[in-house]
Amino acid sequence: MCRIGSIKSKKPIQPSVALKLMLPQQEGHDNSGFAMVMQDLYGIFSTYKDKPLLSMACTQHGAQMVADYMYKHKFTPLAEWIPIPNKQPNLDIKAMPYYIFRNYNYPEDAEKMDSSHRENLLLDTRLELRKLLEESGEGFVYSFWPDVLTLKEIGDPADIATYFRLWDDNGILSAKSIVAQCRQNTNYEIVRYAAHPFFLQGYTLCANGENTFYTKNKEFQKSLHHGYVGFESDSQCFLNTLHYVHHILKWPLPYYKHVITPLPFEEIAQRDDKDVLTAIRQSLAHLEINGPNTVIGVLPDGQMMTCCDSKKLRPVVVGYDENMAVISSEVCGLNEIMPDRDSTKDIYPNEREVVVIDNNLQVQRWKQ
Amino acid sequence: MQQIRTQEVGVNDLPWKIEYHADRCTMCGSCVASCSFKAIKVEMAAQSITVSEDSQPNPIHRHIARPIIKQVASLKNFCRGCGMCEKICPNNAIKPIRNPDSRKTLLSRDNGPIKRGGRTNLNAQRTLDNIIVGRISQMTDPSLDSVRHTFDIRSPFGRVLSPKELPFEIVDGKLIQKNKTPPVRWIYPLVFSDMSIGALSTRAWEAVALAVGYLNEKCNIPIRMSSGEGGMPVKLLQSDFLKYFIIQIASGHFGWNRIIKAMPFMKTDPAGILIKIGQGAKPGDGGLLQSEKVAEHIQAIRGVPKATLSSPPNHQGLYSIEESVQKMHLSMNAAFGFRVPVAIKCAASSTSVSVYNNLLRDPYKICGGFFIDGIQGGTGAANEISLDHTGHPVVSKIRDCYLAAVKSGSQGQIPLYGGGGIGMTGNAAADAFKMICLGANGVFCGKILIQLLGCVGNEQGRCNACNTGNCPTGICTQNPRLVKRLDIDKGAQKIVDYVLAFDSELRKLMAPIGNSSLPVGRSDALVSTDYNIADKLGIQYVC
Repeated sequence: MCRIGSIKSKKPIQPSVALKLMLPQQEGHDNSGFAMVMQDLYGIFSTYKDKPLLSMACTQHGAQMVADYMYKHKFTPLAEWIPIPNKQPNLDIKAMPYYIFRNYNYPEDAEKMDSSHRENLLLDTRLELRKLLEESGEGFVYSFWPDVLTLKEIGDPADIATYFRLWDDNGILSAKSIVAQCRQNTNYEIVRYAAHPFFLQGYTLCANGENTFYTKNKEFQKSLHHGYVGFESDSQCFLNTLHYVHHILKWPLPYYKHVITPLPFEEIAQRDDKDVLTAIRQSLAHLEINGPNTVIGVLPDGQMMTCCDSKKLRPVVVGYDENMAVISSEVCGLNEIMPDRDSTKDIYPNEREVVVIDNNLQVQRWKQ
Repeated sequence: MQQIRTQEVGVNDLPWKIEYHADRCTMCGSCVASCSFKAIKVEMAAQSITVSEDSQPNPIHRHIARPIIKQVASLKNFCRGCGMCEKICPNNAIKPIRNPDSRKTLLSRDNGPIKRGGRTNLNAQRTLDNIIVGRISQMTDPSLDSVRHTFDIRSPFGRVLSPKELPFEIVDGKLIQKNKTPPVRWIYPLVFSDMSIGALSTRAWEAVALAVGYLNEKCNIPIRMSSGEGGMPVKLLQSDFLKYFIIQIASGHFGWNRIIKAMPFMKTDPAGILIKIGQGAKPGDGGLLQSEKVAEHIQAIRGVPKATLSSPPNHQGLYSIEESVQKMHLSMNAAFGFRVPVAIKCAASSTSVSVYNNLLRDPYKICGGFFIDGIQGGTGAANEISLDHTGHPVVSKIRDCYLAAVKSGSQGQIPLYGGGGIGMTGNAAADAFKMICLGANGVFCGKILIQLLGCVGNEQGRCNACNTGNCPTGICTQNPRLVKRLDIDKGAQKIVDYVLAFDSELRKLMAPIGNSSLPVGRSDALVSTDYNIADKLGIQYVC
């Protein structure tokens, strides 16, 4: 089972903080990998926050294929960071030859596009690159979006951090928002794409537990949007649903909860908005999750949220002070990085609420 | 000496033979009185016997004449094996025995095709019994507790819109529905299937209706019952309980005079309308109510004279699915002000997927459910050739239709209900659960209800005499003497108890797969030990 965590901070933080959040929880997971999505970047990527940043792991040939593709499609590279790994002996990591994080300038004609067309261009480009590398087995593309960096690898999280020199706190990578977890998704095949957090058009999502309606979700989502691909992990369905409800249908965020864990019919019948809730339950029945899950999400506007399944079989806790808000599967991680917070203000979300952390670190609890 | 006449029918030509023990018989006559088929009679038998009546052996040879029970050797009044004689005999002196040497099927066509009721006797194979709920939550996702957790067991009945079609607008961060959407009722996933007043005795129909009322009013189980094509009592049409009933219209339109006349006086809308196009037990054969059963009250409800009532095999004037949608769906929708879901029931067929696809494409969004009826469904009367040799299994058809909807991203928009053989082995909850995992929103059943009332018919040729008007259990007859055999309250209680157990059993299957709401289309929960079934249905093969 996964433990998941996220940090939203007023000051940029480095990945070691996220690791310190996750490692005390290691009894609860199998330490088989590390994955994180950083948003609102500082450090080396603070110059080109408005330019799409490609995050990938690949072979040398894969890197060349991507460079050729981007050249052909008129994306011009602006800046890049290729980590020089600390190849100590006996590190538990299944490393890829290259990790490339590169800012691109948009093609000229994209300047005239409206934002939705530009968003689709970025998505389509990522999907094409993914296809290219997947077919040839030359690498993995995790995200291609402004101000978003994704790092995933298989191995022991502490060793992975050593390999990428994340313990050094050298200031290269820092961000005001990090979502992380320390496990490869091993329910199915070990595939790098299966490790959450997942990213799609500004939405980041991490989830633990088993999505018992995975088959239903997947079969429905495949026809909803061309960006809903892969499905290497059942948790990807949570991201697709968040994207669909909030971005495609453009419904306010509280309705995400109504879609994934609808109220029982008897409770709906008592509500003033029963028409809307019933219609949602009817039309989006195949996006219900009905499993033991916790979800952590980050929206394009930077808000961070968490909610649970309706049976509340997966725990999560939110702790915060004036400078930092943290969502974590277990409180021990929270105690490690925020020992001085007022723990009486910690929130243990119930099965019928969504906890939202806005960009001013105001923590709101929304009742479903 | 009597001469043998080869063409004469003997009891050994019949499907059942009466085993009678004259020595145990008290000559009470109950068996003869109870046999609604007049398949046994009292006869005087000349017997040559040796008796000894003294305290010491003193054998005396006597020729006596004494009454005995004798089976009638007739192709009309033949024994159906119902066993009423055995049930009533105080001394176990009589019972029917299946005759493997029966020539009845061969000899019975003097007056045209053989007619009977019941289910198919040749196609009783059970796909569902080769499927197991094999995906049990063990570690990562704890199972639920079927007793402690709450479950949301409801299914849609009505046309569901795709998410993008929902008429929502956002006001102050909240979604507001600005236009009407098609009516959808959330009902129990088990629908009591259409058995008409006429096919059933009024008492049997009333017993089922009583169970429906009790389950809704007292047990919080929103079960719905289809009226069948025979109209409904006017009092019921004008009562609050109408909301529990789905009124059926079939090709004979029987009963609709009364229904239409009652409409201005209806206190509430019916649960739905079900347009019956075909029936799984006898697709293409049309309805059949033989004149024997068209009693005076049936004539009144249906508005017909005493005659054999044959519904046409199809709705006259409908030549295409599009036309069906335009004419029937629209008119039925309009009749109830577009407040009542209108669904359609078809016999399962190789063409079911095409029909479903066409219904899904209907621009008016007015088809509120697709009921697919398989070959193992029952009927009150049909030509035996139709019962045994036409039709289509329902399990793969439900799956095919569901997957067709998946392909177009429209799963759930027209709810799928599967029937025909649900509960054939007595375990309707297991059947329902597996059908739901394969893509059905719910199931419908009829035969099992009358079996709970006391019907003894089966797929091995027992009874199956629903068409004769001589139903020995008082269920499928209008004969006032026979209908009294059925205790309405006890019958209703039996159905209520069964549904309550069904509900618990459904939870017992939902809990281990970790679901608190119905796992519609959750095919990953199922496995099959039969490779071909697994392959066809797209579920895991296990061995």
